Amino acid sequence: MIAAPEPLLKVRGLCKHFPVMSKGIRRRQIGVVKACDEINFDLMPGETLGLVGESGCGKTTTGRTILRALAPTAGEVLFKLPNGNSVDLATLSEAQLRPLRPHMQMVFQDPYASLNPRMTVRDIVAEPLVIHKMAKGSELDDRVSDMLKRVGLKPEHRTRYPHAFSGGQRQRVGIARALIMRPKLVVCDEAVSALDVSVQAQVINLLQDLQQELGLTYIFIAHDLSVVKHICDRIAVMYAGRIVELAQTQALFDKPVHHYTKMLLSAVPNPDPDVPMNMEIRGEVADPGNLPPGCAFSPRCAACTDACRKIVPQLEEKSPARFAACYHPDL
Amino acid sequence: MKNENDNLYPHSEGSSSRPPPSSRVPPQDHVLDVRDLKVEFKTEEGILRAVDGVSFAMRRGRIMALVGESGCGKSVTSYSILRLIQQPGRIAGGQILFRSKDGSSVDIAALDEKSEQLFHLRGGKLSMIFQEPMTALSPVHTVGNQVCEAILLHQKMTKQEARAKAIAMLGKVGIPAPERRIDQYPFELSGGMRQRVVIAMALVCNPEVLIADEPTTALDVTIQAQVMGLIKDLQQELGTSTLLITHDLGVVGQLADDIAVMYLGRIVEQGPVREIMKNPRHPYTLGLLKSLPSLAMNKARLPSIDGTVPSLNAIPPGCPFHPRCPYAKEGLCNVGAPPPVESINDRHAVACLRWREVEGAAK
Ligand SMILES: Nc1ncnc2c1ncn2[C@@H]1O[C@H](COP(=O)(O)OP(=O)(O)O)[C@@H](O)[C@H]1O
Ligand SMILES: Nc1ncnc2c1ncn2[C@@H]1O[C@H](COP(=O)(O)OP(=O)(O)O)[C@@H](O)[C@H]1O
Ligand code: SF4
Ligand SMILES: [Mg+2]
Ligand SMILES: [Mg+2]
Repeated sequence: MIAAPEPLLKVRGLCKHFPVMSKGIRRRQIGVVKACDEINFDLMPGETLGLVGESGCGKTTTGRTILRALAPTAGEVLFKLPNGNSVDLATLSEAQLRPLRPHMQMVFQDPYASLNPRMTVRDIVAEPLVIHKMAKGSELDDRVSDMLKRVGLKPEHRTRYPHAFSGGQRQRVGIARALIMRPKLVVCDEAVSALDVSVQAQVINLLQDLQQELGLTYIFIAHDLSVVKHICDRIAVMYAGRIVELAQTQALFDKPVHHYTKMLLSAVPNPDPDVPMNMEIRGEVADPGNLPPGCAFSPRCAACTDACRKIVPQLEEKSPARFAACYHPDL
Repeated sequence: MKNENDNLYPHSEGSSSRPPPSSRVPPQDHVLDVRDLKVEFKTEEGILRAVDGVSFAMRRGRIMALVGESGCGKSVTSYSILRLIQQPGRIAGGQILFRSKDGSSVDIAALDEKSEQLFHLRGGKLSMIFQEPMTALSPVHTVGNQVCEAILLHQKMTKQEARAKAIAMLGKVGIPAPERRIDQYPFELSGGMRQRVVIAMALVCNPEVLIADEPTTALDVTIQAQVMGLIKDLQQELGTSTLLITHDLGVVGQLADDIAVMYLGRIVEQGPVREIMKNPRHPYTLGLLKSLPSLAMNKARLPSIDGTVPSLNAIPPGCPFHPRCPYAKEGLCNVGAPPPVESINDRHAVACLRWREVEGAAK
């Protein structure tokens, strides 16, 4: 009998709130930015979950808080270790986290900013192994060479510096560095957003190949919905720090049920001039530092009623495998 | 004050090699004719031909998109039209013919850099918006002062009149409560609102040509949709002709009437948007369209274009695209001069030796 697979990651009630301080000498807290608020989801091994939404909605904060690059304000991040045990990353100390770091890595948008310009590609890719004392000598060299080959870089690239590479090649270096420790979970934060389409396609293909070969689980953060649609199994749409809809990719695109998801999808311009788009969008993205009471989307929502302006709607399963945080979902 | 419409023909100093003035008048329905434009940059590695023989015509009242991947020369082409190319760059050849509604025309490429004529054209009949709104806005002046300044630079009116006009224009570009917003500073506005202010500034003098360099690239998708709607409204209400520079083929498909696709400083294909999107004939255009993760398919391998764009100081011989081209033929595509631009029909032109073979490949 095959046991039902268990999630690699369970995120429960995760919050990251930033204090807003007053200006001047006597700085005091005058408010709070709920950059990531009551986030809940499960992530299965080998799955790719997309986090989408417009800038400032909390995608990066959520990704970084899950990996404990930021300390959470509240909530649990239950991570299943290769030995089968589960740990709550949210409560561990720095020292307890250190041995777990190799299992979870991040790939960033701007490969230029994230690579040390004074290090060769070999040293950049080898560094995580050296820091964690996971390999040295010829084993280290072999692993670096193997990783560079996997991401499509040539052996002669080893001695070059990041500035000698194109944007696409730099992103390959960033991916090699993230994967050299054979992580289980990889958070790709706008990893292909800065690339031109032809290069973007190459890097997307690479990420998919590596996922197969190395058994990776991805959280894929992006604002480009067509990229997310292409690469993700499920998608979480965020608005003002919260997940407002979570569904299988195809289902989400076929029939979004949250009114914000509908607005977002309708605004994507299609290269085919005969596929219409909506250029009449109401209002502006909510500011997570200054939210209205109730549903953050209520001021822009055509379906809004009095109830929506009172209590924040929770993310609930509205139909099988389809979650939305809305009092009037379009089911 | 000198009337900016008087004598738009430039003095023809040192232009003996140019054709006679008669051929420098574009047809009536063209607002801009760029002919064989060449722009180069002097660098340590030698002379970079960033724009190498670009020709296109913009028809009046239409939105024309200049597309291509980064570094292909879109911005340099658009900056040339306003003569904004600075050292170490220079316009090394070609004509930029502007034909005004009133029938007068001028070769902008031949104008003296410091001429009053150029000053009046720039920000007057031709104006530009940039990708990053903050580069166009001063952080230390209110929105109102900046818009009023743009008005007073080209139009004779009192400060009060200019302010009233500025408020009206801010309202027109969709800024709520413009009479209040006008006294705010740019940092007090959201990114989308700032881009609207920049657009308002570009429009206050009722330009005949609006050059928009990646106007929505820094914006979120819903704000992008709003700004796209605004550009479309301007076309319909004011008849503004727009040169839209973007790398986003989605924006092009929804907004443009015509497209020119650039690769390594040249236009490789141009024509009406539907024709190019549905029946591209240049392998590069085809490759770009195919590598888009479409909203239709999922998880499949994306067809990508092999390799990367070569650098400008190592442009391949023959067709500059041949090392990356799946249609390239040894002995044909990799030798001689770049392929000439051929007309497929009276609107659709392509610079590929094998365009006949590319038919229908997009389907
Ligand atoms: N270190 C910080 N201090 C205060 N506010 C922050 C900090 N980091 C992010 N924020 C705020 O949190 C919100 C979410 O930001 P972010 O997670 O970067 O969004 P996204 O990645 O979706 O664009 C934004 O309003 C942002 O200004
Ligand atoms: N100031 C400059 N000095 C040297 N080269 C330049 C300069 N500005 C642009 N270029 C070159 O011109 C080419 C075209 O640039 P650009 O028009 O900005 O491309 P695009 O807008 O299509 O991304 C680039 O390859 C760049 O190297
Ligand atoms: S000329 Fe040859 S190499 Fe160039 S695009 Fe056409 S087929 Fe390809
Ligand atoms: Mg981010
Ligand atoms: Mg540019």
